[in-house]
Amino acid sequence: MAKASLDSTTLQDLMPRTGIRYLPGRVWKGIGRFLKLMSRNKTGFAGFVLFIGFVLMTTVGTAIVPRATRADITKIYVAPSREHPLGTDSQGRDIMSQIVHGGRDILQMALLTGLISTFVGVALGSLSALVGGGFDAFLSMLADIWLTIPTFPLLAVLATMVKLDNLIYLALLLALLSWAGLYRAIRAQVFSIKERDYIEAAMALDLGLWHIIFSEVLPNMLSYIAISFTFAMTAAIYAQVGLVFLGLVPLTRNWGVMINLAWTQGAIFFKDSVYFIMAPVTAIALFQLSVVWMSRSLEEIFNPRLRTG
Amino acid sequence: MIVNQRKEVPLDSIAISTPAVPEKKLLRLWIKRITSNFVVRKAARAVFTIWFVTTLTFFLVRLMPSNPIEVFINELIVQYGLPYAEARDQAASLFAIDLDAPLHIQYFSYMGQLLQGNLGESLRSPGTPVWDIIIAFLPWTLFSVGIALLLSFTLGVLIGMLLAYKRQALWEPAVSGFASGLSSIPNYIIGIVLLVYLGVYWNLVPIHKMRGSRSPGIEPGFTWVFISNIFFHAALPILTYVLSTIGSWILSMKSSTIGTLGEDYVTVARARGLSEGRITTAYVGRNAMLPLITQLLISIGFVVGGSILIESIFVYQGIGFRLLEALRSRDYPLMQGIFLIITSSVVVSNLIADFIYGWFDPRVRVAGGE
Repeated sequence: MAKASLDSTTLQDLMPRTGIRYLPGRVWKGIGRFLKLMSRNKTGFAGFVLFIGFVLMTTVGTAIVPRATRADITKIYVAPSREHPLGTDSQGRDIMSQIVHGGRDILQMALLTGLISTFVGVALGSLSALVGGGFDAFLSMLADIWLTIPTFPLLAVLATMVKLDNLIYLALLLALLSWAGLYRAIRAQVFSIKERDYIEAAMALDLGLWHIIFSEVLPNMLSYIAISFTFAMTAAIYAQVGLVFLGLVPLTRNWGVMINLAWTQGAIFFKDSVYFIMAPVTAIALFQLSVVWMSRSLEEIFNPRLRTG
Repeated sequence: MIVNQRKEVPLDSIAISTPAVPEKKLLRLWIKRITSNFVVRKAARAVFTIWFVTTLTFFLVRLMPSNPIEVFINELIVQYGLPYAEARDQAASLFAIDLDAPLHIQYFSYMGQLLQGNLGESLRSPGTPVWDIIIAFLPWTLFSVGIALLLSFTLGVLIGMLLAYKRQALWEPAVSGFASGLSSIPNYIIGIVLLVYLGVYWNLVPIHKMRGSRSPGIEPGFTWVFISNIFFHAALPILTYVLSTIGSWILSMKSSTIGTLGEDYVTVARARGLSEGRITTAYVGRNAMLPLITQLLISIGFVVGGSILIESIFVYQGIGFRLLEALRSRDYPLMQGIFLIITSSVVVSNLIADFIYGWFDPRVRVAGGE
């Protein structure tokens, strides 16, 4: 929604004399309605605010807070102060700055993986349910097998053979490994929607397959898709940070790398260095929490039947 | 379901009352009976899954851009100054494979070895069969993960039901919120926090003594010393697994119970004047637990897969810990073997869970499809 308001200004410049010029007002109204719906569920709203906070931190925050790259031996494991809100690490670098800069990788990868795996799951799931027959039987058998393969060990084994230092490769691989769960949910959902009266009515009215898919079937699955998207995101973060923590995937400074460094340098065994390890740990935990909580509000927005009162 | 029953009724009468049916047809009917059998179908799928994963890893290892066998041969040449032919022979014997044969012949001989239980030998400790290493490490993972899942499932189901019954209570949102928080935090994050706070910051548990899967010098056996010792060493991994899984049990059981409480048969049971205890256990509890059993089988795979992280945090010598060592030292046969075993144990536990589910819910056994 926030993105739509940015786009609308450019649209307005392009087409100044059409109805589009009323768009800003509609967008603001839309944002207002969205926020109102979001705030119906308190937990969901808290998650949403936290999530926006993380997004702002990794976009605007990185521009404000300077990147701490220079080691300073005189300031190893300094306790939190005004100058260093979260103290310093084993090389005297500011932890706060590392947290701010270390989130971008993780957020980008999580969003990318979520998008790809949601797309694959939705496309295959609805296709499978609509086509049916041998295609459907083959795909669902494959999905059943896929679900029993332990993803994380497979990723770890793969990481020793292929260099996974590219963000996009990693996202593609994670998405490829996590399509099966969403596929099953979407397939079941399309199967049940296919039988509903209003779809039959639309079929009888001969409204066309595209209209039926995009105007009748998809809107009824949006809550599933939104939830699956958030699940895919949290799973991606789990896997990525896990691989980085084990030192199997080399990536630039992010929260996972910070935990790995704190771990390998023995920071967990000193009371002074507790901020070094707890800061990225808290950041990851809070981010996962924000995504999971936000999904509750998303569920309510896309599924009006859940709204009570 | 209806279609299936309709088919089965004449099938019985044909087999018993009219022996005039040609034998070929009868045979086909029997084959159909066997293939549509619940147990047979599930077992066949399990075998197929294991075969699929084995094949996948076999071709992955050989077709990857940085083929591990080539890497190993190069390593031997560079490190030990072996001539190419000799290095190649050594690699072939360690991977239990004839490198000159075409790929499909290699594949069949590998599968043949596998069927005889031969997983090859470890690269880093030559002479040690991969199988021996697995036998030494796997039980610890199965033990800690099994106990933890049992504990968290039981506790989670009980707490979840309690929350469903007391959903008007003031403390209910707090417990639910805590559960949802716990379930969304990655398990290794929980492990690290436990280690940092319990072990170092508050100094409550002696983490250095708790490393490993048991203390040196303690003989395995059915003695108090041994059993208490292995629980002492497994305590932190188990606590981590319990904390990271219990939240989702609580939440699913709560919503499942609330759904069941509204069912007609519960109202009827109340109307019949059954005792509240019987309604809770036999009517609500049993039915509300059903969807959770499917979740349990999915979580087994996830928890065993996650053991690679948890066991390396607590230096607990299970299969995940050994897999990480194999990954770091690029011990490919061992890696392949452990991955195969982890997959197999997940598949087998899913199979067992499927059977348990069939026992809990007779509807599954009758219905043909998924």
